[in-house]
Amino acid sequence: MEWDWTFVAEIMPTLLQGLRLTLLVTLLSAVVAAGLGLAFAILRRSENRLIAAPVGLVIEFIRGTPLLVQLYFIFYVLPDIGIVLPPLAAGVIGMGLHYATYTAEVYRAGIENVPRGQWEAARATNLTPRQTWIHVIVPQAVPPMIPALANYLIAMFKETPLLSAITVLELMNQAKSVANSSYRYIEPMTMVGMFFLAMSLVSVVILRWLEHRFGRLAK
Amino acid sequence: MADWSGYLNLILQGALVTAQLTIYGSALALVAAFLAGMGRLAPWRAVRWLSTLYIEFFRGTSIYVQLFWAYFVLPFMGITLSPLAAGILALGLNVGAYAAEVVRGAILSVPRDQYEATVALNLTGAQRMRHVIVPQALPLMLPTFGNNAIELLKATAVVSLISLTDMTFQAQIVRAQTGNTLIPFAMILILYFAMALLISAGMRSLERRMTRGLDGVR
Repeated sequence: MEWDWTFVAEIMPTLLQGLRLTLLVTLLSAVVAAGLGLAFAILRRSENRLIAAPVGLVIEFIRGTPLLVQLYFIFYVLPDIGIVLPPLAAGVIGMGLHYATYTAEVYRAGIENVPRGQWEAARATNLTPRQTWIHVIVPQAVPPMIPALANYLIAMFKETPLLSAITVLELMNQAKSVANSSYRYIEPMTMVGMFFLAMSLVSVVILRWLEHRFGRLAK
Repeated sequence: MADWSGYLNLILQGALVTAQLTIYGSALALVAAFLAGMGRLAPWRAVRWLSTLYIEFFRGTSIYVQLFWAYFVLPFMGITLSPLAAGILALGLNVGAYAAEVVRGAILSVPRDQYEATVALNLTGAQRMRHVIVPQALPLMLPTFGNNAIELLKATAVVSLISLTDMTFQAQIVRAQTGNTLIPFAMILILYFAMALLISAGMRSLERRMTRGLDGVR
C-alpha cells in the first residue's frame, strides 16, 4: 500500500481536532497531578503515622499498577457505587491521580533539599505547620523542581492515547476511527506518531529553557 | 452466582500472558538497551547517529502508538506479526530506549582512570568493556533497570487493546460476562501490584549479589 498525501490532507482536520483534545486532557491532568502530588508529598511526611503510612501505601499501590486498569476502574467500577463520570473527567482524574504519585516523589526530593535551618527558623518564629509549609518550605522546594515536573508533563502527554480505551475522542481515537472506516492504517497511525514526535521535540526545547531558568538543582 | 472458579482461572491465564510479555519484553529491552547505550558511545559516527535516532524515536512517541503501528501498519508493509510478537517487540524496543540512556549514563560514570588503566594494560576495546567497565557500571544500572521493568509490566496492560488475552483483557471478558466490575478489576490490580513487588524484591536481591565484594571500592 502506498502513502497517499491527499488522504493525509483529508484526515488532517479530524486529527487536529483530536490533538486539541489531547492537549486539553494533558493540561487538565497536569494541574491535578501537580496539586495532588504536592498534597501526597506533604501528607506522607506527616508526623501522624496514621496519615503517613496509608498515604505511602496508596502511592506505592498506584505506582505499581497500570494506568489503563486504573482508568477502567474509575470508568466502570465507580458507577456501581453511584459515581458516574463522563469519559473526559474519568480520564483526567485517572491520569492526574496516577501521575500525582510520580510528582509526589519529585516534590519529596525538593522538600528534602530545603536546608534544615529553614525548618528550625520556622519553629523559632513560632509558625504553625500550615504557615511553615505555605510561606517557607513550598516556595523554596518547588521552583528547583519545575524541570523535573515538566518531564512528567511530557510523559503524561504520551500516555493520553490510553484514554481512547475509555472512549475519549483524543488524537489516537480519532486516528483509529478514521482508520477503521477507510481501512487505511498507514497514514493515520503514522501521522499520530509524527504528531507525538513533533510535540516531544518541541517540549525538549522548552524543557532545556526551564532547566536553564529554574534548574539549579535539576541534575 | 456464576462459576467463579472458571473466571478466576481465566484471569490467572491472563496473568500468565502478562508474565510472559514482561519477561520476554524485558529480555529484548535489555539487549536493545546495551546495543543502543554502547552504540551512543561508539567511536563510529554512523553507529552513534543510528543509536541516537532509535532512542529519540522510541522515547519521543508513545508506547501505545508504537504498538498500534507494529500491529496494524507493519502488515501493510508485508510484515505480519502475531499480537504476542507485536506486543513484545513494541514493549521491548520502547523500554529498551529508556534503559539505553541508563546504560550510557552508568558507563560514563565509571571513572576516567579506569579507561586510562585499560589503555596502559593494552586491553582491546572488547576486553576493556567485558572485564573492566561493565562489571563496574552494572551495579549502577540495576536500580533503574528495576524501575524500567516495572514500567514495562505496567505497559503490558496496553496490549489488551490489540486483542492479546493478557490479564486486563481477561478482566474485561469477565466484566462483560458477569456484569460484575469490582471483583475482576480489583483482582487484577492486586495481581499487578504483587508482580511489581516481586520485580522490585528480585532486583534488590540481584543488586545485593552484584555489589558483594565491592565495598570499599566505591
